Amino acid sequence: VYADPHVAAFINDHFTPVRIHVRDQADDFKRLGDRFNAHWTPTILIIDPKGDERHRIEGFLPAADFLAQLTAGVAHAARARGDFANAERWYREVVEKFPETESAPEALYWAGVAKYKATNDSAALGETAAQFANRYQTSSWAKKASVWAKPAQTS
Amino acid sequence: MADELIPWRHDFDTALSDAAAGNRDLLLDFTAAPM
Repeated sequence: VYADPHVAAFINDHFTPVRIHVRDQADDFKRLGDRFNAHWTPTILIIDPKGDERHRIEGFLPAADFLAQLTAGVAHAARARGDFANAERWYREVVEKFPETESAPEALYWAGVAKYKATNDSAALGETAAQFANRYQTSSWAKKASVWAKPAQTS
Repeated sequence: MADELIPWRHDFDTALSDAAAGNRDLLLDFTAAPM
């Protein structure tokens, strides 16, 4: 997947890339694998500048799914540092660019959360629930967002 | 070679220090692929 030029460009634009080989760097793999609870390959972690894990990808993914995960990871990292406007922007990019991936419904959910956090306007949550009425209805994220739905008018 | 597209580093601690200095996130890839 790293041979994909879009994947490589995204990684080079957003991350300091570090690769630890399970056999060639056995001591490092043991030490860092224990630190981050990573005992399978491939495991890809997005780690913030403080050394805290912000996103995890376990197992191989095709390029589009992998890029969606990386983009979601950038969004998660932004959300964790309180940069909610940029977090929302990255989450929306996942939904728009990679709508068929498993990352998309999760990103749609968190985009609503990030918008709510940025604006303190709960309408963002209701809007998100409404968006799930039209897509990803069977996803767990739609179920999670369902509590934000406005009650149906009864009169 | 695919890896030539990405300037992988192999010293985590130094890379994390550099990432912190540059306020960048770090991508850590545990791999068994041939290098």
